[in-house]
Amino acid sequence: MKIVMALSGAFFVLYVLAHMYGNLKMFAGQEAFDSYAFHLRELGEPILPYEGALWLIRVALVGALFAHAGSAFYLWKRANEARRTRYAVKRAAAASLSSKTMRWGGVTLLLFLAFHLMQFTFHTFEVGGSFLGPYDRVYGAFQVWWVVAIYLAALGALGMHLKHGVWSAAQTLGLTSTPRAARHAKATAVATGVVVAGGFALPPLSILLGLI
Amino acid sequence: MRITLKIWRQASATAAGEFATYDLDEVSPDMSFLEMLDVLNEGLTAAGLDPVAFDSDCREGICGSCGLMIDGLAHGPERTTTCQLHMRSMKDGATITVEPWRGDSMTVIKDCVVDRSALDRIVQAGGYVSVNTGAAPDAHAVPVPKAKADRAFTAAACISCGACVAACPNASAMLFLGAKVTHLGELPQGQPERDARVVAMARQHDAEGFGGCTNIGECAAACPKEIPLDVISQLNKDLRHAMAKGL
Amino acid sequence: MNEIIDGLYREGEPIADTKAPDGPIEKRWERRRFEAKLVNPANRRKLEIIVVGTGLAGSSASATLGEAGYQVKAFYYQDSARRAHSIAAQGGINAAKNYKEDGDSVFRLFYDTVKGGDYRSRESNVYRLAEVSASIIDQCVAQGVPFAREYGGYLDTRSFGGVQVSRTFYARGQTGQQLLIGAYQALSRQVAAGTVTEYSRHEMLELIVVDGKARGIVARDMVTGEIETHLADAVVLATGGYGNVFFLSTNAMGCNVTAAWRAHRKGAHFANPCFTQIHPTCIPVSGDHQSKLTLMSESLRNDGRIWVPQRAEDCPKDPREIGEADRDYYLERIYPSFGNLVPRDIASRAAKNVCDSGRGVGPGGKGVYLDFADAIERLGRGAVEAKYGNLFDMYARITGENPYETPMRIYPAVHYTMGGLWVDYDLQSSIPGLFVAGEANFSDHGANRLGASALMQGLADGYFVLPNTIRDYLASGPYPAVDEDHPEVVAAIESVTTRLTTLLSRRGTRSVDSYHRELGHIMWEYCGMSRTEEGLRTAIDAIRELRTEYWENVNVPGTGESLNQSLERAGRVADFLELGELMCIDALHRRESCGGHFRAESQTPEGEALRDDENYAYVAAWEWGGEAGLPVLHKEGLEYDYVEMKQRSYK
Repeated sequence: MKIVMALSGAFFVLYVLAHMYGNLKMFAGQEAFDSYAFHLRELGEPILPYEGALWLIRVALVGALFAHAGSAFYLWKRANEARRTRYAVKRAAAASLSSKTMRWGGVTLLLFLAFHLMQFTFHTFEVGGSFLGPYDRVYGAFQVWWVVAIYLAALGALGMHLKHGVWSAAQTLGLTSTPRAARHAKATAVATGVVVAGGFALPPLSILLGLI
Repeated sequence: MRITLKIWRQASATAAGEFATYDLDEVSPDMSFLEMLDVLNEGLTAAGLDPVAFDSDCREGICGSCGLMIDGLAHGPERTTTCQLHMRSMKDGATITVEPWRGDSMTVIKDCVVDRSALDRIVQAGGYVSVNTGAAPDAHAVPVPKAKADRAFTAAACISCGACVAACPNASAMLFLGAKVTHLGELPQGQPERDARVVAMARQHDAEGFGGCTNIGECAAACPKEIPLDVISQLNKDLRHAMAKGL
Repeated sequence: MNEIIDGLYREGEPIADTKAPDGPIEKRWERRRFEAKLVNPANRRKLEIIVVGTGLAGSSASATLGEAGYQVKAFYYQDSARRAHSIAAQGGINAAKNYKEDGDSVFRLFYDTVKGGDYRSRESNVYRLAEVSASIIDQCVAQGVPFAREYGGYLDTRSFGGVQVSRTFYARGQTGQQLLIGAYQALSRQVAAGTVTEYSRHEMLELIVVDGKARGIVARDMVTGEIETHLADAVVLATGGYGNVFFLSTNAMGCNVTAAWRAHRKGAHFANPCFTQIHPTCIPVSGDHQSKLTLMSESLRNDGRIWVPQRAEDCPKDPREIGEADRDYYLERIYPSFGNLVPRDIASRAAKNVCDSGRGVGPGGKGVYLDFADAIERLGRGAVEAKYGNLFDMYARITGENPYETPMRIYPAVHYTMGGLWVDYDLQSSIPGLFVAGEANFSDHGANRLGASALMQGLADGYFVLPNTIRDYLASGPYPAVDEDHPEVVAAIESVTTRLTTLLSRRGTRSVDSYHRELGHIMWEYCGMSRTEEGLRTAIDAIRELRTEYWENVNVPGTGESLNQSLERAGRVADFLELGELMCIDALHRRESCGGHFRAESQTPEGEALRDDENYAYVAAWEWGGEAGLPVLHKEGLEYDYVEMKQRSYK
């Protein structure tokens, strides 16, 4: 169950890195960003139909989401059942903030994901106006301070989730069985968290501050 | 020193428990925590009350009998066993909350005495080398690289006190399990059964109802023998290898 | 037989060990193994053996008997078999492997042990112990015991007090723990295989003897309070020593003599009860609250130097401010060839002597310095830390002082009891079917045990000796089945219940612990490191008085129907109160000094122990004389054919 969590998590890490790379194209201008969005849909053609690769990725993401959240809720339930009588006083001796916020942080990310998809994928609602192209839509949305605030908060949660998640996945997959490997895994985890959260935060912040 | 103790009282496994509060006026900083409880118990006995039950035996930090949750920390604020914790680590005038280990796989028998037999059953599931008495070759027949012997020793230092489970937010016994798997897995003598051992022991761990590890690290921080977290990674690695072989 | 001696005891018929084969000493064990009858593997399944205690001897015996196919029931008072007090042994385990090629051999280990025991042990037994010692190391390594190793991957050894060869195998300062875990794992394997059934949190409270044979035990389930009967074809006691009669000792809080004492009252002879070992390197007492004493491995004496100030007026000073010339490295001065590595009894007595002369340091003047300044200078702090780090940490934690900067303070404490239930070469007591292994028996250490020999003896008994000798008894059966209605069984249960009810009904004014402390004080004062005729008589009277008061005035709260730690202790202290008297009688009757037993009346002009081989070269096996009667002494003469009896000298 934990291996499922680790592997699905690892898949998400790869995905967010790619996603972040795409987002950074905002800095390359409207044309680059829009054509990136468009090419995503053409990816794999002509072997795959239009949007074929995108849908494959989407299906895989949904699958991974179910696997990740499912195993998380299973472990959460198991932990609760393993200690039904709680301590009156319990202090943490070593637990980092990121490890303690893993579960509720994960739930927060799930809620954020729904918001994010409704906004940019399903276009259930649009903020800052109504737009035709992806660049304009993103640009418009991040003119609004509270949207940026929501994203920054979510990115903070994501960074923390990744920091403990990457380390934890390495540990679960048994890649940290020497102190050296454990140090490396910890450093990688921190780096992943910082890079992803920072990389994603750049476009919205730049837009809000008028740098783009 | 003066201290106030808020300590868990529970008449039996089935009875409901509650905290009782006692004041102790003449506590010496040189007392161990358990000697302070001895003093409390002498007082309770003299007053015709039932003394507080708690496990302790060697009182030198090696048998693993003692174990109390002291102010929310397994074995208290020092990284040692409860019996080796001394009152000089406590503040004069403090109120100290004392609870038994909690976990559905380690239920209370009375007051602060808990049932840790689940840990024994994990070892029984495979935490040994199957060699009958008399069947051993000469001790020097197989050299063991010092580094491996040292790591095996570090893991084998586990005293089975249960602090790792008590401290774990998930009530998982993976540090305990990982320590045994690492101890035997590092040595040439442990190789023939390595795969079967890890699978059987992990299965027993789960069957006992311990939680799953989420790599938080509270266990290693609470461990009085300083068993490192990497034994859990070793356990996961061994488990993955064994499963890849279809076990 | 009818004559009362010293007003304290009678003398009975001499006894002898009839099981030890004669012939060349190196062939005796082989011969015994061959002559001991075998039990057909199919029949073993039908035979039940009760093993009480799961320390090194008990766990290893249970595991090995289980492997052989017997039905074993293992009893222990702790919550897990792995917690038995063998786990606390620090230093190491001796074995005549001669891996260092430094002149060691089976014969030398045998010789050292007989000499170290001050010629009060049996040659045949000790030779066997030395002989199987090598197999123990093999067995433990095969089980995965992580002994210390050198860079080449081979086992490391060190030398230990009282010997000049390097034959002690170790696992940092936790050798007992690692060996016990090895035995515990072997035991766990048999539990999984179904040959051993464990009874945790069970305390043996009575031995069941039917038709003169041990046939079972009465045990109390310490959680439910239920009194249970367990019947078997043979009973093995591996219940450890009785050092807790002194209240303060290095033993665990729960260590007790009850199982052995109950067996003694049912007819098992108790041998040499006064032979107790006082360990020289313990952390001194800090106050009245003290519940136990902590030993620090004797290996510290390999590099630490022991001293006290030359002048009493320097004692309160900071030790670092006392110059070389004002220090008395008394062990190096008195024993130049062994120096700080003299055997335990000698080192302990020397510490007592300097403290009695007013030169002791620390609270109450009860301590001497163990100084590592020279070692740190010579080897570097890192090397000292690597070797003794855990001991230094332990010392710092307990005392709040930093031993890297100031010398440690140490003082002797009761550590081990060489005496125990009398057994023959087969480890069978004077009750047929009752076997005794490990520290609980008296057999191998004579009047003083050498360092790192307790682990050796426990495992030798459990892995190699007992499983080979018990079969001779079992093969002589089958013994008629006993059922739970047998009058002897009913009587045993009744006596246990009555005793517990009595203890619970007194509701007097003093707690169990207060009596235990008082008994301990009497024992330490009069039956400790130095004993006198007068002191022992005082002690006997005091113990008798205390015992009478105990049964009238003890306060045991709670009931017998649940976990009741006061009740558990009450039963143990009641037995200590009887044992203590016998120890003093034994010490009084033995008007010589030998090993750990030092009679002030019997010393050389230099103050060393003076043996009296002409009159006391025997094992004193005491028979229970009944509630109102007097103990009966049976002498087992000791003969030395291979080692010449000499005055021990470590000068």
